[in-house]
Amino acid sequence: MEVLILSRLQFAAATFFHFLFVPLTLGLSILVAIMETKWVRSGDEEYKRMAKFWGKLFLINFGLGLVTGITLEFQFGTNWSRYSAYVGDIFGSLLAIEATAAFFLESTFIAVWIFGWERISPKLHCVAIWLVAFAGTLSAYWILAANAWMQHPVGYVMRNGRAELANFFDVITQRFAVIEFVHTVSGAYILAGFFVMGISAYHLLRKREVSFFTKSFRIALVFALVFSLFEVVQGHFNGGEVAEAQPSKLAAMESHWKTQKMAPMYLLQVPNLSGDGNLIEWIPIPGALSILAYGDPHAEVKGLSDFKPEDRPPVFLTFISFRIMVGLGMLFVLLTVWGFLIRKKLLDNPKYLRIMMLAIPLPYIANEAGWMVAEVGRQPWIVWGLMRTSDAVSPVDPTQVAVSLIAFILFYGLLGVVAFWLMARFAKKGPEPLPAAQG
Amino acid sequence: MLETIWFALWGVLWAVYFMLDGFDLGAGALLPFLAKNEDEKRTIYHATGPFWDGNEVWLITAGGVTFAAFPLAYAVMFSSLYSALMLILFCLIIRGVAMEYRGKLEGHSWRDGWDWLLFISSALPALLFGVAFANIFQGIPIDIEHIYRGSLFTLLNPYGLLGGLLFLCLFLYHGALWLGIKAGGELKERAQRTAKILWVPLLILAVVFLVATWFATNLYANYLTYPVLWVLPALAVAGLLATRLFLQQGAAWKSWFASSAVVVGATLFGVAGLYPNLLPSSIDPKASLTVVNAASSPLTLKIMLGVALVMVPVVIAYQVWVYHLFRHEVTPDDLAYEEGY
Repeated sequence: MEVLILSRLQFAAATFFHFLFVPLTLGLSILVAIMETKWVRSGDEEYKRMAKFWGKLFLINFGLGLVTGITLEFQFGTNWSRYSAYVGDIFGSLLAIEATAAFFLESTFIAVWIFGWERISPKLHCVAIWLVAFAGTLSAYWILAANAWMQHPVGYVMRNGRAELANFFDVITQRFAVIEFVHTVSGAYILAGFFVMGISAYHLLRKREVSFFTKSFRIALVFALVFSLFEVVQGHFNGGEVAEAQPSKLAAMESHWKTQKMAPMYLLQVPNLSGDGNLIEWIPIPGALSILAYGDPHAEVKGLSDFKPEDRPPVFLTFISFRIMVGLGMLFVLLTVWGFLIRKKLLDNPKYLRIMMLAIPLPYIANEAGWMVAEVGRQPWIVWGLMRTSDAVSPVDPTQVAVSLIAFILFYGLLGVVAFWLMARFAKKGPEPLPAAQG
Repeated sequence: MLETIWFALWGVLWAVYFMLDGFDLGAGALLPFLAKNEDEKRTIYHATGPFWDGNEVWLITAGGVTFAAFPLAYAVMFSSLYSALMLILFCLIIRGVAMEYRGKLEGHSWRDGWDWLLFISSALPALLFGVAFANIFQGIPIDIEHIYRGSLFTLLNPYGLLGGLLFLCLFLYHGALWLGIKAGGELKERAQRTAKILWVPLLILAVVFLVATWFATNLYANYLTYPVLWVLPALAVAGLLATRLFLQQGAAWKSWFASSAVVVGATLFGVAGLYPNLLPSSIDPKASLTVVNAASSPLTLKIMLGVALVMVPVVIAYQVWVYHLFRHEVTPDDLAYEEGY
C-alpha cells in the first residue's frame, strides 16, 4: 500500500514536471520553423534573428523535456513492473517504436540545428528544424496512442496471463488515440502561441524592437487563434467519446450522481470533498449534460451512484481540473479573437498587451489540468477495465521509493527554478543586437 | 527463432549505446583532469555537443526494446535494480542539463558548478552501467515469484565492482581518444597521452575481468558449446591491441574505431554468454528470465522486427551523416561562433 501511494506520487510528479516542457517543445519548434522558413524565402535577416532568439528559448526548454522523458520510461519498469509485465507486449512496443521512428530524428537533427548555422546551407538548416518539429509531433502520436490504449484498450487478447497484441492497426488508429493526439497537440500549440505573444507583449509595452516583436506576435497570434478555436470544438467531441468509453470518468468530470434521462448541468455546482455527493447544486439546466455527452437531451447519463465506491475516480480533483481546463480554453478563444481584431494596432492597446503578458502561465495550467482529468479520471484503473492501478505496482522496498520520491521533488524543483529563471532572463534580454553594418 | 533474433538485436542495441555514449560519458568524466582553461573546457563541451543527445536515444531504444520484446525481463530487471537505475537516471538528467545550460551564462561559479556536475554525472553512470551488467552476467537474487531478494549493496559485490571499474576505464579511454580526434593543440596531445596511460590499467582490468568471469559466472558455458562465439571476445582483445598500436602511429580515428570494437566486443561477449538468459537468478535457476519465458507474443516481435529493419538503417544513415558533418577539429572559430555551448 505504501509503495503504491509513493509510486503514484512519484509518477504524478514526474509526469507533471515533464509536461511543463513538452508542450512548448512541440509548439515552439513549429513557430521557429515558420520564422526560419520566412528567412530562407525572403532573405530578410530579421526573421533569422527571430529564429535565433525564439530558438534559444526553445533550446533551454527542449533539454529538460528530453531528459525528464527518460524518467517516465524508466519508471514503468522500476515502479510499475507488474503493469510492464502485463501490458508490455502492446504498450512497450509503442514506446520502442516511438524511440526508433521519432525520437532519434528529433535528437539528431536538433544538434544539426544548434551547431549547423555556419556549416550547412540555410535551406538544409531550415529542413533540420522542420524535421525536429515533425519528429516531436510524431513522437507525441506514439506516446498518446500508448496512453489512449490505457484509457481504451483495443486490439488485444488475454493470453498467457497478460494482454497480448491481436491487431496492431487497431491499436494505433483507434479513435481514442486520434482524438487524444489532436487534443493534446492543439493544447501544446496554444501554449507556444501564448508564450511567444506574452514575451512579445512584454517588449512591445517597453517599445523595444517593435518591428521584431510585432511580427513575432502576429505569427503566434494566428497560430494560437486557429488552435484555440479548433480546441473548443474538438474538445466537445472528446466529451462524447469519454461518455461512451469511460462513463465513470464523465460522471466524475461533472460530479453527476444520479443516473437519469434529461441529465442536467448546474450553473453553480460544488462537489463535497469527501467525494460522495454535491455540496451545492444551483439552477439546473435540464438536459444540458445529456446533450453534452450524447447530443440528445433525452439520453440517459449514468451517475456515480451506480458505480461501486471502489470503481469511482476521485471526484473532486477530476471535477475541478475539468472546469479549469474548459474555462481557460474559452478564455483563450476570447483573448486570441480580441487580439486578431486589434492585430494592426497592438501598440495602441497596452491593456491587451499587459493581459497577454500575464496570460503566459495560463495555458500551462490548462495543459496540466487536462492531464489531471485524463489520468485522475481514469482511476482506479491503470488500464481501463483491465488492470487496477493497485495491482500494477512493483514489489519493491518502500524505503527506496520514498528516497527516490524525495530526491525527485527536490531535484526537479531546483531544475524547474533554474530552467524558468534562465528562460525569463533570456526572454527579457531580447534578441541579440544586429551586427554593425559592414563596409 | 524470433525470440533469438530479438535477443541478438537487444545485445546489439546495448553494444551500440555503450560504443556511442561511452565516449561522451568518458569525455565528461575527463573534463576536470584534461582541461586547463576555459577554452579547453568549452572545447570538450563542443567535442561532444552535437552527439550526446542522439547517442542517448540508443539507451532509450535499448530500454524500450527490452520493454517491448521482453516485458517480464524489463519489469524484473528495472524493479530489481531500482536504486542503481535511479542514480543513473538522475545523472543522465544532470548531464543533459549541464551540457545545455553551462554556456548560457558567464559567471565563474555558474560554469564551475556545472563542470563538476558534468564530471560526476558522467563518471557515475559509466561505473554503474558496468556494475549493473556484471551483476546481470553473474545473476541476481530473484525468487520464483520474480521478486528481488537483495538490496543496492547486494549489487556492489567484487565481480560487480570489477565490471564497474572496467566500464569506467574503458569509457575514459574511449573518451580520451575522442578528444584526441576532436580537440586541437595541447588539449589533443594531453588527451592522447592520457589515453596511452589509461590503456595499461584497461588491459589489466580486461584480463582480470575475463578470468574472474570464469569463476563468477556461467558465461563460458556457451563458448564451450559453440566455439564460433569466441570471435566476440577475440574482437575485443584484438581491438584492445590494435587501438594502442594505432595510437602509437598517431592514427586517431583508427584508434577510436578499434576502441569501439573493444566496447562492442566486450558487451557482446557478455550477452552471447548470457543466452538464453536475459536475467539469470542466482538463487533458483527456475526463476531465471529467459528469451522464452520473458518474450512478447510472436505478433509483437514480428511487427517490431519490421519496424526495426526499416527504421534502424535510416537512423544509422542520418547519424553517420551527422558524425561526418561534425567530424572536424573544434577550432577557436567554433568556440567564437556558438549557440550556447
